[in-house]
Amino acid sequence: MAEAAPILTMTGISKRFPGVVALAGVDFRMLPGEVHALMGENGAGKSTLIKVLTGVYDIDEGDIRLAGEPVRFTGPPQAQQAGISTVYQEVNLCPNLSVAENIQLGREPRRLGAIRWAELRRHSSELVGRLGLDIDVTAPLGTYSLAVQQMVAIARAVDVSAKVLILDEPTSSLDAGEVAQLFRVMRQLKSEGVAILFVSHFLDQVYEIADRMTVLRNGRLIGEYRVAELSPLELVGRMIGKELATLDELAEHSRRPLATVERGEPVVDARELGRDGAVAPFSLTIHAGEVVGLAGLLGSGRTEVARLLFGADRADHGSLRIDGAEVSLRNPRNAMGHRIAFCSENRRTEGLVEELTVRENIILALQAARGWSRPIPRRRQDELVDRYVRALDIRPADPEARVGHLSGGNQQKVLLARWLITEPRLLIVDEPTRGIDVGAKAEIQRLVVELSDGGMAVLFISAELEEVLRLSHKIAVLRDRRMVEQVENSEDVDADRIMRTIASGGAA
Amino acid sequence: MISPATLSALLRHRLVWPVGVLVLLIVGNLVFTPSFLSIEVREGHLYGSLIDILRSAAPLALVALGMTLVIATGGIDLSVGSVVAISGAVACWWIVGLGDQNSLGGVLGAVALALGLSLLLGAGNGLLVAAVGIQPIIATLILMVAGRGVAQLVTDGQIITVNSGPYEVIGKDYWLTFPVSVLIVAVMVAGTLVLTRRTALGLLIESVGGNPTASRLAGVNARRLTVLVYVFAGFCAGLAGLIVSSNVSSADGNNAGNLIELDAILAVVIGGTALAGGRFSVLGSVIGALVIKTLDITIYTIGVPTNTTLLFKAIVVVVLCLAQSPAFRARVLGRRRRGPDVPDPAPPTARTEVPV
Repeated sequence: MAEAAPILTMTGISKRFPGVVALAGVDFRMLPGEVHALMGENGAGKSTLIKVLTGVYDIDEGDIRLAGEPVRFTGPPQAQQAGISTVYQEVNLCPNLSVAENIQLGREPRRLGAIRWAELRRHSSELVGRLGLDIDVTAPLGTYSLAVQQMVAIARAVDVSAKVLILDEPTSSLDAGEVAQLFRVMRQLKSEGVAILFVSHFLDQVYEIADRMTVLRNGRLIGEYRVAELSPLELVGRMIGKELATLDELAEHSRRPLATVERGEPVVDARELGRDGAVAPFSLTIHAGEVVGLAGLLGSGRTEVARLLFGADRADHGSLRIDGAEVSLRNPRNAMGHRIAFCSENRRTEGLVEELTVRENIILALQAARGWSRPIPRRRQDELVDRYVRALDIRPADPEARVGHLSGGNQQKVLLARWLITEPRLLIVDEPTRGIDVGAKAEIQRLVVELSDGGMAVLFISAELEEVLRLSHKIAVLRDRRMVEQVENSEDVDADRIMRTIASGGAA
Repeated sequence: MISPATLSALLRHRLVWPVGVLVLLIVGNLVFTPSFLSIEVREGHLYGSLIDILRSAAPLALVALGMTLVIATGGIDLSVGSVVAISGAVACWWIVGLGDQNSLGGVLGAVALALGLSLLLGAGNGLLVAAVGIQPIIATLILMVAGRGVAQLVTDGQIITVNSGPYEVIGKDYWLTFPVSVLIVAVMVAGTLVLTRRTALGLLIESVGGNPTASRLAGVNARRLTVLVYVFAGFCAGLAGLIVSSNVSSADGNNAGNLIELDAILAVVIGGTALAGGRFSVLGSVIGALVIKTLDITIYTIGVPTNTTLLFKAIVVVVLCLAQSPAFRARVLGRRRRGPDVPDPAPPTARTEVPV
């Protein structure tokens, strides 16, 4: 490919965290005057790469060159000094200060220590004018819409002679008109030779604005493509990855037709259930012994569906019936009263209490349901914990070990054990196999099958389509916070078909 | 002989540092006062420096007890000093109004009134934090400031003096040679240990303090627990207020319990409970209270000039907290291993995010 010399080249970048390889020998480059999309599922290493690039993290191995010069940043200010600026999803500006003050905060033009206000205003209005924005730079930033604030943040970023501008999910809270406005600004900057790194979950936007893209998966580079050369379907395939360890034990469950599940009153019957800003109204039934898979990219509304069914968020549309009786779930305690369990995808922040022991974490939900005054007798605790530590093969098999010290897979098992001892009728598992090793993954998949065979209703959420296909009787596909399709699992349903739905939205 | 494994397990035990500091302070006192450890029975009462420390630490230990649970949930209670003052003021005001100040029933009524009010004040704090959602430091600051005013209102800005035999029992008397105030603390500590460790209360408090989001999703009723710990803190402070005022047979709305909240927070921290919440140690906080009071006495015995006592105490506290911090120890020891000349590659201040 005949191209201009890259402004930025990253070669063989590796970054390890205790127990995790976040980036493994990733190559990445950016050309001047291009919009480059960084694509990948959650946990693929996108944010780690950005943080390496902006100097938040130091790299373990590899080489970063900016305009041909080797660089190594010790912190964000150094990266910014060198010409790499970042605008984050949530605008990090001061809404109480004026637009002009925000743009030049920390770099105000001064004379004898006093700020030259006229110069400050002149420079700022020149800058926003260049970006095609017609706003009053003396007005407080907070009086403008989020989109304008975002563009002021961009103005601030490019004011520091940015060669590389990183936009991390800039469109996630903008409406269509605002997105168009943002894209205009991006095209203007592009024409000035700025290399823009664009991260977004919205495939349409990537295809509209980006010139090239780099795909990461599990901390590895999958490839660098011109946008025109890779169809959305191929892109989704590369992001999700098709290779999967074949698991013999689950072979007979490779297809689990819905007909095998006894019909009758569904355990859960959601009718037009929805929450503004989280997920559009959807209808979904889950029967006893049935596994319903939720497929979709990150941010497509999968977790939001789970949280509504667990009462973690309150629905503001529709109704929910449990065993045919209409219920209103105001909080997780209500849901637990109906024997619904929810293993959050964020094990550390929403699941476990890291400084407590394995035993304490496992009994927490059951104990919370009983209330503080009715402690589970210690002997009973030990029995329950021992049984599940053994059944799920939690290692180390020490109930008094601190949960924070366990590996991801074992933490996941502790979280599952917490809910299994409450003997739920509906088990919601959100990304239970993400970030854990293959062995633990197979065990958790087998467990889901066993539980559903035993009559438990399961809502299984995963970004890995193969896994969803293997375990589920029924699959619901989400896209852009909307449930676009529900299919019964059969021989005709394969990953390609689901991927097409994810990529295009609804049956094409 | 202790095996190295036992020794290292012992060294890792959370109470090692507070107990170590306490022992160190006592040994330091022994150097200046060889009779420091001697305890004798005089007129059926225990006498000695150690008993003095126990007696003077009693109110602080009680307040620290309540503070421990509040801090374990991730909160803080600045109002305990004011509750100490209000409780003593209300009790004395009631007793003064009695026809016979020595009537047992009347004094019991005063005690019940003071403790009941303390419970209510604690509940008010708890509701502000849990139901209204005000940050604990602000919510309890309200009562900290307003409560002083209430106490002064009750005492009419004066010091109310009482002359009541039954009331003096609480703070001054001895029972089976032991000071009653110390016995009250012992009962409260034992009760708290049973309440938190024999029921699931301790676990649920630690889980709320350790990870509020996860606790909510596990079905823990954090709101009720939060109210409960502030009620408990109020009760402890009220009890401490009774001991303080009974000991001097008077109520001083202005000075009773002044700044005791800070000493109590310090005691909790010395005891090994993190201010961020989570794991807590009831015994640790009691030892922390003893450390603080021993330090106070040490300052007198070694003859630190009066005008520098606060400074001296501050320095000791800073050193003590640093020595207890695993992060600081690792840093100092790590620095020494690396050699003093290696500059820190990334000073923490340089890593702060710059708004873009």
